[in-house]
Amino acid sequence: MHPILGQLRRLGFYLLAWIPLGAILLYLLAALGGLSWPRAAALAIPLCLVYAFVCLSAWYSCRGTPLETSSFSRLALTHLSAAAVAGGIWIVVAKGLAFALSTVFPGLDQQIVRDYPLLFGSGVLLYLLAVALHYVLLSDQASHEAAQREAEARVLARESELKALKTQVNPHFIFNCLNSISALTTSDSAKAREMCVLLADFLRKTLGLGEQTLIPLHDELALTRSYLSVEQIRFGVRLKLEEKTDPAVLDCLVPPLLLQPLVENAVRHGVSNLTEGGWIRIEIGRGSRDVLSIRIENNFDPETPRRKGASIGLKNVRQRLDTAYGNGARFDVQTSGDRFAVSLELPGERSVEKST
Amino acid sequence: MSADANKRFRAIIVDDEDLARQVIREMLQSHPEVEIAGECANGFEAVRMTGESKPDLLFLDIQMPKLDGFEVLELIGSEVAIVFVTAHDEHALRAFEVHAVDYLLKPFTAERFDAALERVKQRIGQKLPAPTDLTAATRGPGQYTERIVVKDGTRVQIIPIAKLDYAEGQDDYVALASQGKKHLKQQTISSLEAALDPKNFVRIHRSYLVNLERVARLEPYGKDSHLAILNDGARLPVSRAGYARLKAFLDQQG
Repeated sequence: MHPILGQLRRLGFYLLAWIPLGAILLYLLAALGGLSWPRAAALAIPLCLVYAFVCLSAWYSCRGTPLETSSFSRLALTHLSAAAVAGGIWIVVAKGLAFALSTVFPGLDQQIVRDYPLLFGSGVLLYLLAVALHYVLLSDQASHEAAQREAEARVLARESELKALKTQVNPHFIFNCLNSISALTTSDSAKAREMCVLLADFLRKTLGLGEQTLIPLHDELALTRSYLSVEQIRFGVRLKLEEKTDPAVLDCLVPPLLLQPLVENAVRHGVSNLTEGGWIRIEIGRGSRDVLSIRIENNFDPETPRRKGASIGLKNVRQRLDTAYGNGARFDVQTSGDRFAVSLELPGERSVEKST
Repeated sequence: MSADANKRFRAIIVDDEDLARQVIREMLQSHPEVEIAGECANGFEAVRMTGESKPDLLFLDIQMPKLDGFEVLELIGSEVAIVFVTAHDEHALRAFEVHAVDYLLKPFTAERFDAALERVKQRIGQKLPAPTDLTAATRGPGQYTERIVVKDGTRVQIIPIAKLDYAEGQDDYVALASQGKKHLKQQTISSLEAALDPKNFVRIHRSYLVNLERVARLEPYGKDSHLAILNDGARLPVSRAGYARLKAFLDQQG
């Protein structure tokens, strides 16, 4: 797209800029070319109008020879020859115009011949001016495009990061569940069906959450509970759960999949390494200054070395809090003895409209 | 020359999840030739029970409390046929490095389970080549071990690397010195050296590996060698090559 022809506003400004140029040409033709003022004006005005459009063709030669990559000799050769051609065209146009005007101004077609060098010289200079203008416009266009590309790339990266973070249901969890279901099919088919339903329930909820940026806390809690009820069947009496939630905070908005990864972390690094079984305690309420405060605590075996990727779940949650609230959220991890606790504080805005 | 197909054999099921053990128990019902010698829910019990009841076969989960499946295998040696049963497919390569008979991915069908048992029957009775380096299997590639597991009779000792002072090689065994005690383990000192982070442990002698943090000072000893004096007063011989290695490390740190 031509940067000047493509926009009517720019074309207007460009033609306005030709008015003083036309005035200079008029002066040159009258003072140096030896024409009378009316004759000079009759020639200069249409000539400038035509040449304004001829000069727009500089865009093509500019684009073909980019400033950054072309050698000086190539630049000079291209633009000087283009300028010579443009100047030649201008003379031909002037000749034709003078011939046409000779009915009004007798002898003009003879007089113009003397002014050919003047016309050619100014034509070349004007064309080179247009070349400079087009280079400026091209670099402006390039930097604009680069900025836009960069912004687009950043948005894309953030989006894919969020998507990856949100859909990170641990596949081994699913495989283990399916194995438990496979065990239950013969020994307790009713329980097998219950576990199928619970697992389906959990998966459906995580799928639905992927598109949303904030969800009410009660939805996130429902997801976390359905995850835990599946794990409860797997671990049986080994897993003890305790949950205390202030009903007043249930409609606070939180990023989706905020609690569930933390609870999953507590299961993986807590109860699943403890032969005697483990406990998980979830406390949710209003903290000071009306913030939403969440604490998830569990016991663990201090002698078990932390598995690879142990802190990825925690890191993801911390990152998502940063993305959603910047400095407005707090994320704390405490370990003492065989206890591990994660504390979150976030603004906990209320939902204005009921989200679906 | 496979073993007698009708031979009875004994198996132990090791999994921390009750339901996972239940699947195996149930699938074994159609195999009267397999007797279930026991079930256990963690690595400690697995090592103890294997030592006590000498089974032919172990169904072994990998991610378990206390000891993981590979650590269990390291402690019980290669006499027992192992079928790993896990939801994680990323350990399969390591499993075959330690000559596991099969690797069942949860959940599995009865047909797949039967195929695994068939392989077990072919394998039992054959003398297995001892895995070259079982400890290498307990860590992933490019990683160093974080703890050493040792069997004291039927009890299992876990020595975190930070608490290991030095190791002394004695033929096929290493004596691991930790907190004033020595623990014997069937392992060569070279394979132990490979499992330890070279930034912390230096081979100061053909038979000695030392934890750099424990070295208090060096004393000349004899014509060509030195003695390393540890914080707790232990004196270890340092060979000429060992002295060069040790010196390079201490200079770097100083």
